[in-house]
Amino acid sequence: MNPALSVIFFTTLSGAGYGLLAWTALGALIRQPARPLLLSLAIGLVLVTIGLLSSLAHLGQPQRAWRALSQWRTSWLSREGVAATVTYLPALGLAAALLPALLAADARSASIALNPLGAACALALLIASLATVACTAMIYASLKPVPAWRHRLVLPVYVLFALVCGGLLALAIHGFARVLPGAALLAGGAGAIALALCKWRYWQSIDATPLALQRGDAVGLPQRTVTLFERPMTEGNYITREMAFVLARAHAKRLRIVAVVLFALVPVACVLLAIATAALQPWLLTLAALSALAGAFAERWLFFAQARHLVTLYY
Amino acid sequence: MTTLPPPSKVKLGLVIDLDTCVGCHACAVGCKEWNAGGVAGPLTDSDPYGKEPSGVWFNRVHSYELQATDACAGSALQPAQPAQTLHFPRSCLHCETPACVTVCPTGASYKRGEDGIVLVDEDKCIGCGLCAWACPYGAREMSPVEGVMKKCTLCVDRIYNTNLPEAEREPACVQVCPTRARHFGDLGDPESKVSKLVAERSGVALMPELGYQPVNRYLPPRPRRVGEATATSQTTHEATETIDEQALPTALRWMHRMLSR
Repeated sequence: MNPALSVIFFTTLSGAGYGLLAWTALGALIRQPARPLLLSLAIGLVLVTIGLLSSLAHLGQPQRAWRALSQWRTSWLSREGVAATVTYLPALGLAAALLPALLAADARSASIALNPLGAACALALLIASLATVACTAMIYASLKPVPAWRHRLVLPVYVLFALVCGGLLALAIHGFARVLPGAALLAGGAGAIALALCKWRYWQSIDATPLALQRGDAVGLPQRTVTLFERPMTEGNYITREMAFVLARAHAKRLRIVAVVLFALVPVACVLLAIATAALQPWLLTLAALSALAGAFAERWLFFAQARHLVTLYY
Repeated sequence: MTTLPPPSKVKLGLVIDLDTCVGCHACAVGCKEWNAGGVAGPLTDSDPYGKEPSGVWFNRVHSYELQATDACAGSALQPAQPAQTLHFPRSCLHCETPACVTVCPTGASYKRGEDGIVLVDEDKCIGCGLCAWACPYGAREMSPVEGVMKKCTLCVDRIYNTNLPEAEREPACVQVCPTRARHFGDLGDPESKVSKLVAERSGVALMPELGYQPVNRYLPPRPRRVGEATATSQTTHEATETIDEQALPTALRWMHRMLSR
């Protein structure tokens, strides 16, 4: 599949944004200090909004994007649009609930107490953020013509990427406010390792699974061996440009190593260093988060570029 | 609405005969000509007379080689077949459960309840391209000029068009086919001409295991009449050719025997 930059930006940035929003909601529920919570809420919303705007760049008629909210009964893309839009409401609600605490004397590190409405907003934000990421994953996981996307690990990997990127960002933001306990940092590193294991398992699995259908099946003659003689036209077309992207499969191995180093090894090393050196903690965590985002970008590029669409059987 | 209508009684579609198709691309050209001005028009091209012409086509004719099959490999029903050319016109199959419709976030993609034709409302389409991703048959192509998705309409503006003589009320690709390899009709009616043709020639659906239940059918090439000798003679030399004496007329058999002495 053609790895369109707009879609890759969208899935990685908004994924990290929703992950950050989810952790912020959880942080508010377990009474973290108000100032870093509000800051991560704002950064999360900015990331999500940039991601959504970049997804509009993928559309042929972006001014009609509002129509995409209508068909949530059947379409995962529509469900994602609805979930993404709905998420803004509890996010703004939670921001309003946190504002009074910001005016308190020690907003930097004192724990907050949410009123019931604020707690409800936090809970709703947690659910809506994760639901949006799950819908994004399901857009791809529901497409039968792209067998590599039907894999059962696609959904968990999308959610884990959101949680790891968002979680490292949340740790970095809170790290600037105060020194964090080692357990929280270790959890971030553990998430990155879990992600690497899932992704590695996914790659192994799709490498070991050849396409279930052959060109013979595509032309209705499964008992014959069919070889290409002549394409319909000498020039490419929308189908060949959009679905038949072969560059990535040639360089997959190297790109996979780059992705794993960026989204797992570098963050884990940073987290371990951050536990050892409290002074550098916020900067190391920022580096970990940015590295994880870059790794997510490489992984997402591969996710698209490596996937083979069944229509390529005809070409 | 992208929710599918209940299965229609009428299932309009095409039956394409891979035995008689000669790969002339007339269906592709005839379709392009009609639909450039029809409901799906314009079928815009970019750089049509330049170095890299590109554009939207609802029909594309692929040419393949079918490899020879062994005599022993198949069952009694499938005798050995020589290598042969296969011309394969590819277009929308107007599936009964089309994923291209259900994935559409806007409701621009829809399947008609009355005759099963799958269409795009170009005024609602946002050009996200998800429907093209959802189609394993490559039936949908985005027009970069209009920024919306285009697809075969089964010439919905011809088949019901009372301004045309009745004989012309069929899709343009069917009308122009010089070898009559394309047939149009109601595949939901077992008594229709097309349904009988499918039954008689064992017509097949493409990749039925994917579950989209295509309506269009393809008629596989008829088995070639080949004996043991011709099936294996493709690479053999003149010297090794065998002659079946019993098959020769008496005069020729006598001549053959005389000359063989």
